[in-house]
Amino acid sequence: MRKSLLSRIPTALLLLAVALLLSSCGWSLWDSPMTTVRPKSGFGRMTHEIFMLISWWTLGIGIVVEGALLWVCVHFREKPGQPIPKQVHGHTLLEVSWTIAFAVVLLIFAIPTIPVIFETQAAPPATSLRVDVSGRQWWWEFKYPDLKIVTANELHLPAGQTVAFNLHAPDVIHSFWMPQLGGKRDVVPGRVNRITLAPDEPGEYPGQCAEYCGMSHANMRFRVIVHSKTDFEKWVAGQQEPPVQPTDPLAQKGQELFSQSACVGCHTIAGVSGGVLGPNLTHFGSRKSMGANLMANTPGNLARWIENPGHMKPGVLMPDLGMRGEQPKALAAYLLSLK
Amino acid sequence: MATHAAYMTGTKKLTAGSVLWSWITTVDHKRIGQLYGVSAFFFFLVGGIEAVIMRLQLAHPDGTLVGAQRFNELFTMHGTTMVFLAIMPLGAAFFNYMIPLLIGARDVAFPRLNALSYWVFFSGALLLHLSFLVGAVPDGGWFGYANLTSAQFSPSHGIDFWMLGLQVLGISSLMAGFNFIVTIINMRAPGMTLMRMPLFVWMSFVVQFLVVLAFPAITVALILLMFDRLFGTLFFAPAGGADPLLWQHLFWIFGHPEVYILILPAMGIVSEVLPTFSRKPLFGAPVVIYSGIMIGFLGFGVWSHHMFSVGMGPVADAAFSISTMLIAVPTGVKILNWIGTLWGGRIYFASALYFSLGFIAMFTLGGLSGVMHASPPVDLQQTDSYFIVAHFHYVLFGGSIFGLFSGVYYWWPKIFGKLLDERLGKLHFWLMMIGFNVTFFPMHFLGLVGMPRRIYTYAPDLGWNFWNLIATIGALVIVLSFLVFIWNVITTTRSGAPAPADPWDGRTLEWTIPSPPPVYNFATVPVVHDRDDFWAQKYGDGHGTPPRKPVITPAADPASIHMPPPSYWPILLAGAFFVMMSGVLVSIYQVIVGGFLTLYCMVRFMLEYHHQTDVGPPAGGHH
Repeated sequence: MRKSLLSRIPTALLLLAVALLLSSCGWSLWDSPMTTVRPKSGFGRMTHEIFMLISWWTLGIGIVVEGALLWVCVHFREKPGQPIPKQVHGHTLLEVSWTIAFAVVLLIFAIPTIPVIFETQAAPPATSLRVDVSGRQWWWEFKYPDLKIVTANELHLPAGQTVAFNLHAPDVIHSFWMPQLGGKRDVVPGRVNRITLAPDEPGEYPGQCAEYCGMSHANMRFRVIVHSKTDFEKWVAGQQEPPVQPTDPLAQKGQELFSQSACVGCHTIAGVSGGVLGPNLTHFGSRKSMGANLMANTPGNLARWIENPGHMKPGVLMPDLGMRGEQPKALAAYLLSLK
Repeated sequence: MATHAAYMTGTKKLTAGSVLWSWITTVDHKRIGQLYGVSAFFFFLVGGIEAVIMRLQLAHPDGTLVGAQRFNELFTMHGTTMVFLAIMPLGAAFFNYMIPLLIGARDVAFPRLNALSYWVFFSGALLLHLSFLVGAVPDGGWFGYANLTSAQFSPSHGIDFWMLGLQVLGISSLMAGFNFIVTIINMRAPGMTLMRMPLFVWMSFVVQFLVVLAFPAITVALILLMFDRLFGTLFFAPAGGADPLLWQHLFWIFGHPEVYILILPAMGIVSEVLPTFSRKPLFGAPVVIYSGIMIGFLGFGVWSHHMFSVGMGPVADAAFSISTMLIAVPTGVKILNWIGTLWGGRIYFASALYFSLGFIAMFTLGGLSGVMHASPPVDLQQTDSYFIVAHFHYVLFGGSIFGLFSGVYYWWPKIFGKLLDERLGKLHFWLMMIGFNVTFFPMHFLGLVGMPRRIYTYAPDLGWNFWNLIATIGALVIVLSFLVFIWNVITTTRSGAPAPADPWDGRTLEWTIPSPPPVYNFATVPVVHDRDDFWAQKYGDGHGTPPRKPVITPAADPASIHMPPPSYWPILLAGAFFVMMSGVLVSIYQVIVGGFLTLYCMVRFMLEYHHQTDVGPPAGGHH
């Protein structure tokens, strides 16, 4: 009685695993905003095709091997009065054939892999939009050298256009990852790495640093906003404008505070300050999120951030400047007026 | 334990002090094996607690159980502890205890060196964990990537503890590696040719070569890092024109063979357990041996598959992709040979076999997901995501840990003379199997939907919440399974059935001697005629040769068997070395004093038996 129950447990487990797998598809698990299995670029699709090829093969091999194991366990379990089994030492033909079989399956994986390796690392076409990405502890800077635009933690791209990313890191190793658009590429100090891809369609895609880079590695996120071509041009035009002067008295007070405090040592606001340690804030009010895509860009969040940056992002290099009471609110009003 | 009397023949009365003294001065491979086993299990629990805290933190988004810093320390120490202080020493426990028994020897080649390996291991573990007392815990990851671990970006002493502790542990592993290579080559019983050697010994043999060839690479890396941190050199500093990727190459040319250092002992155990419980010889044993050697050899040629995303260029990516896929061939062959062993057998389902079957089932899944990221384009999406976390836990937990537990259940009666309770053993297995899969299978999904590794928190709107919660529940089931194991050990130690010499109808030499073995192992050194020699003695070789009753030679008078006497120089030398290494964190004077102490102890260690020219070198002690 006990034996038959025991022999059923593995089957039940297998069924459970299959059920989980199916239901996970059913619950549209793969639709996460950071999914890697719904690619939104040619790069992503090439990668995904190989992934699916290998997945189906390995799934098949997995089922055969696990099935054989289960079958053997059920079929050859000890029976009362059974004699000692024949002492089989091996079978050369079997050994040779399954060695060859494994080698052939791996060739099936290797043959489509190699061209994709070369294709995804080919030199970018001259017409590409160039974006210089710099990964820092713990935020991202995006420079468009040809458009003379600098943003932080928010990457704007035109749909359908090839983008050549040049990746570099002033401090430690990071990794640039936009899961829906394509694979990650490490950002290594002392060298410039490249990734080239063209996003398919407008949309918003979260990105994140994928290489452990110290205390707030988890908080080194960013947001990719893919525009249609015309929207992108509009965005570019807006970013190239000098920032507007605040009209609201609270924001004006904030502007005064900003230019008198240590803020100017680290942050750039075109026409106001020229610091380079922290994110460029020229058009800060136009951004949807703050703190490396940690929270929505609202006056409340921003004021809390200024009061105590380390509380929201542990280890952050921006110090607590002792802004209290009205001061953070004024600064927030000013920064959010910079559309 | 009941075994003390056997160890203490001809010595003074048993007191707590004398028992402790006998353990810290022991040079008996079996007791050193037990010391390794107990230490490994202790650190296994430490690493497990670290893992559970991390899982609790990640059970839901925006977790607040531990902060960013604490979480980074937890995953650093979890990885370091599990690799260097749990799985490796658990393997070492079996090397120490079982290899001499399996090859018909009375001890290892260098018993005092063996004791020194253990005590140096112990001081390395101590050094690493002193960091908790000081409050500067390593936080650079078990892989310690430069230049994050440089003094500029990691100014606290945490990384110092890590880099010094690892250097000490590496020295211990090197000493043990050479010791076992010499033991396996020189100490085999008459008639035990290399091809008659049990599979566990073979896989261990390959592991020792991996250890002595791989550890120097990380030692070099750690020394360069030490120079960078302590003396301001620029080996890994981009500002000085250096490339931090140098660290990654050095680390992974150690780190990838290390994976096989962790898995091959388990493969060896499984290759012993399956034949015993299916009552058939290992199917295609020479092929399993050759593929083990092949895995070890290829293991050195695949390190850069850990670096497909660093920008090595397409040629290097393609080359390492192919070499990585190649390694799947001998691995797959082994799995089919294990199934071939069970095929047509008369399978007796004991706990030990359950864990071996679990090993095959789970290691297969880990191997298959490994093939996926052997393809660099696919790897670019999977590396540093939870998909990888799932993959290597299927290999190291589903593989190594299940395999090592199989060995624990298999050899426990031989080592402790008591049978573990089979019902509790099977309960342990099923809880661990279910808990393991519930914890780690969802991580494949999490990785595919973009959850990166080594993050202490995540946003609630990314679709990761459900599977993270499930994984945490699975981790708690794993905890439950270990409680069952601990309960099993406690109750059966108190009141378990005494184990006969040969409880499983075994096939190899260790089952020919009493459980637990006497201090001299074999009263008469066996003569070997077959791969499964004990089985052939009992049942014939299955091909017409009748059972060969062992020639009963009168057991030698135990008093006449000369075994190496205890020595306190191993622990003193390790202690002096600890003083020197920890001095790096305290004061240059401590380093100098510790250095002289180490030199003094080394000389005394070497000269310990120098004056006894008339009795010959007792370290050999086996004839």
